[in-house]
Amino acid sequence: MSDKKTLFIDGIEVEIEGERNLLELCRKIGVDIPTFCYHPELSIFGACRLCLVEIEGRGIQSSCSVPPEAGLKIHTNTDQIRKLRRNTMELLLASHPQDCLKCPQSTKCKLQEIARKVGVTDIRYKLLTKKAEKDTSSYSIVRDPAKCILCGDCVRVCSEIQGVGALNFAKRGSNSTVITAFNIDMNKSECVNCGQCAAHCPTGALTIHSEVDETVKDINNPEKVTVVQMAPAVRVAIAEEFGMPAGVDSTKKIVTALKKLGVDYVYDTNFTADMTIVEESTEFVDRLTNGGVMPMFTSCCPAWIKYAETFHPQVLKNISSCRSPQGMFGAIVRKAMPEICGKDNKDIVSISIMPCTAKKFEARRDQFLKDGKYEIDHVLTTQELAQMLKSSGINLAELPDTELDAPLGAYTGAGVIFGVTGGVMEAVLRYAAEKVGGIKDAIEFKQVRGFEGIREAEVELNGKKLKLAIVHGLANAGKICEQVEAGTCKYDFIEVMACPGGCIGGAGQPISEGFCKKQQRAEGLYKADEKCALRKSQENKAVYDIYNKYLDGGPATHAAHENLHTSYEKRAKISADLDINKV
Amino acid sequence: MLFVISLKAEEQFFKLNFLWGVTMTETTGQVLTAVEKIEKVREILKENEYKPSRLIPILQAVQEVYRYLPKEVMNFVAEELKIPAGKIYGVATFYAHFSLDPKGKHLIRICDGTACHVRGSEPILTAVRNKLGLTKTKSTTDDMLFTLETVSCLGACGLAPVMVVDEDVHGQMTPDKAVALIDEILKTEKA
Ligand code: SF4
Ligand code: SF4
Ligand code: FES
Repeated sequence: MSDKKTLFIDGIEVEIEGERNLLELCRKIGVDIPTFCYHPELSIFGACRLCLVEIEGRGIQSSCSVPPEAGLKIHTNTDQIRKLRRNTMELLLASHPQDCLKCPQSTKCKLQEIARKVGVTDIRYKLLTKKAEKDTSSYSIVRDPAKCILCGDCVRVCSEIQGVGALNFAKRGSNSTVITAFNIDMNKSECVNCGQCAAHCPTGALTIHSEVDETVKDINNPEKVTVVQMAPAVRVAIAEEFGMPAGVDSTKKIVTALKKLGVDYVYDTNFTADMTIVEESTEFVDRLTNGGVMPMFTSCCPAWIKYAETFHPQVLKNISSCRSPQGMFGAIVRKAMPEICGKDNKDIVSISIMPCTAKKFEARRDQFLKDGKYEIDHVLTTQELAQMLKSSGINLAELPDTELDAPLGAYTGAGVIFGVTGGVMEAVLRYAAEKVGGIKDAIEFKQVRGFEGIREAEVELNGKKLKLAIVHGLANAGKICEQVEAGTCKYDFIEVMACPGGCIGGAGQPISEGFCKKQQRAEGLYKADEKCALRKSQENKAVYDIYNKYLDGGPATHAAHENLHTSYEKRAKISADLDINKV
Repeated sequence: MLFVISLKAEEQFFKLNFLWGVTMTETTGQVLTAVEKIEKVREILKENEYKPSRLIPILQAVQEVYRYLPKEVMNFVAEELKIPAGKIYGVATFYAHFSLDPKGKHLIRICDGTACHVRGSEPILTAVRNKLGLTKTKSTTDDMLFTLETVSCLGACGLAPVMVVDEDVHGQMTPDKAVALIDEILKTEKA
C-alpha cells in the first residue's frame, strides 16, 4: 500500500501533491477549466463562478475554492456544468459593452476567448450598458471601467504583489466598481505605473496607453531622424506575438523590421546597461569604502523608484543615483547623435522599446527634461512594437537578420541579463569581482539567479563579505525598505525589480499566463549572454569611447553625474488637493 | 463570497445601532473648529489603537464629528492606519450609513418602511421636499440648513408615519404637521 493520496477527475485517478485547490489539480492533468478570478500567484477570490465542477455527494462547487481531499470524485464536463458555465458567461456579457471590434484588447481578451470556448452564441438577457468614463490620465494605463467584470484580479495584484493598493472595489450591488481612491484620476493616485493590473485584467478594462500612432508619424516624417533603443527583455518575448516560442532571441529580426519601417538607427539599451554597471558599481564601491549611505538599492526600475518615492521616502538616499539604462540612453542620444547623424537635436526623435509600462512614466519625469524638451520622445512596449509591425504589414517571423548599428548597439552579456531578476546583481558582480577583487575569470554567479521573491547571496570581495539581496514584486521590496527604516537590514546591496520575474515579466510584454513563458524568456536571456564573446560590462569598449568623448573620460566625473545620474523626490500618495485643515 | 457575508453582518450591526439611537448622538449646534475636529479624529484613532480592523467604528465616529466623511479626512485616516485610501473609500461607499456629502445643520429622516409607507409617508416626503426645494437627487438645501433622508423602518411602526428631526421622533405625521415643524426650526434659526 502506498501512502499516496489520490482523487478522481472525470474517472482518472490523480495524485494530490500539495495543490491549493481542485482547479490546480484539474489543470495539472490538462483539464483546462475556464476562470477569470483565479491566478496562482494571487489569493483566492471565488467571484467569477466559472470554475464550477461537480463533486459527487456535494453537488456543484467552484473548484478554485475547494481544497483537494483524498477520495473525492469530480466531474468537470457534465451537461449541467456546461449549461451553468454558458449561463454565467451570458450574464457577464449582458452587462459588458458589445464593442469588441474596436476594443484594444480584442483577440487578447479572455472574456472573448472564454465566451467562444464555452460556446455562447446568444445572450438571452437584456443588455445593460454601464456608464463610466474612461480614465486616460496615466502615461501608462488606460482605465475603461465600463468593461470591468469585477473579477478583482487587478485589485489583488496591485495590493498583494505590488503592495500599492491603488485600485479597490467601491460601492455595491449593481453599482459595484473598481476604482481609485475617491475616483481621482489615476495619475494623481499612488499608482506606480507598473502595469501589472493591465497584464492581469481579462478584459479591456485596463489596457496599456498606446503611443504607436505618434511614433509611426515621426518615423514617416522625412525631416526627422529616428533613433531606437531596445531593452533586453523585448528580444526574447516579441516572437510570441508572431507565433514563435518564448525565449527565442529576435534581436536581429527586430532590427530588420524597424529598418523596413523606416527607422534610421537601431541601437540597444544593453549598451547603457553596460554603462549603468560601470557607473553604479563605481558608486557602490565609493559608498562602501568612503562611508556613504548603506545599504544601496539598484535604480533601474522606474516603478520601484516611484514606489520608494511614495511609500518609503526614507530610503531614497539608499537608492543609487544612477539613471535607468533607458534614462542613460536618452541622455547619450542627445549627446552623441547630432555628431553621428549631422542633425540638430530638435530633428532627432528618440524612441525606446521596453517591456515596461512604467518606462513611459519615467520618460516624462521632470528630471529628463532638457532645454524644455523630453530627452525621449516615445516609449513603446513590446506589445506596441508587435502591433506597430502588424499594422504595417510586417511579419517578424519571416524576416532575415540585420546587425544592430554601431556604436550604441555594442553590448556585453552583462547588459543582456539586465532583463531578468538577479541580472543586474550578477552584472555588478562581474564588474566588481575583477575591478575590486582582481579576479578575472568570475563570470557566472548562479547563486543570484532564480525566481524566489526574495533571494539572498553572499560574496567575498577583498576579504570583505558582502551580503546581497535580490527582490522582485514591490510588496517584497517594501519588506526590505521597512528593515532599512528600522535599522535591521543586514544586506549591503539590494536589487529591486517591480515585475515578477524582472523585466521579462513586464506588463508591456505579450500577455502570458502562468510562469512557463517567463522561465523560457529568462533562459533565452541567459543563452544570449552565453553566446556573447564579451560578458563583462567593463569589456564594452564602445562604452569607454563615449565616456572619453562626451563624459570627461570616465565614470563618476562631473559630466557623468550631470548626464547619467538623477534625483528622486518624496511624493504624496494622493496628489489631489486633500488638505484636512480645510474641512 | 465570504467577503460579502461578513459585510452583511456589519450592516445588521448598523441597523441595531440605529434602532437604539447610538448613531443619533451627534451634538448638533456645537461648532468645532477645523483644528478641534482633527484633534477629535486623532482621539478616535487612538481609542481604536490605530487598528485597521476597527475601520468601521472609526469611520462611524469620524462621521459624527464632521456629520459626513470628507475625502480629506478619509485620506488622513488612511495615512494614519497605513492602509490604502481606496480601501476606506470602498467601505465608505459600500454602506448606506456613510455619507460622502456634507449634511445640513438639521437632519430630517422620514421613514418609508412598510408601515409608514402604507400610512402615507409619501405625501409627507413630497411636502417636505417642496417646502425645502429638494428633489430625489438633491437632499441638502443650498444654505446647508437641512438634509432630508428617507430610511426604511425606524422600529417605531406603532407611531407610523414617523419623521425624525435631529434627535426628536415625531409620530403620526401629516404633510401639514411636517411643514409646521420646519417652519418652527426656520423661526429659531432666523432669530
Ligand atoms: S499600474 Fe501597478 S501600481 Fe498602478 S494600479 Fe496597476 S498594478 Fe497598481
Ligand atoms: S478592471 Fe479588469 S482585472 Fe480589474 S476587476 Fe475589472 S475586469 Fe477584473
Ligand atoms: S476562478 Fe473560481 S470563482 Fe473565479
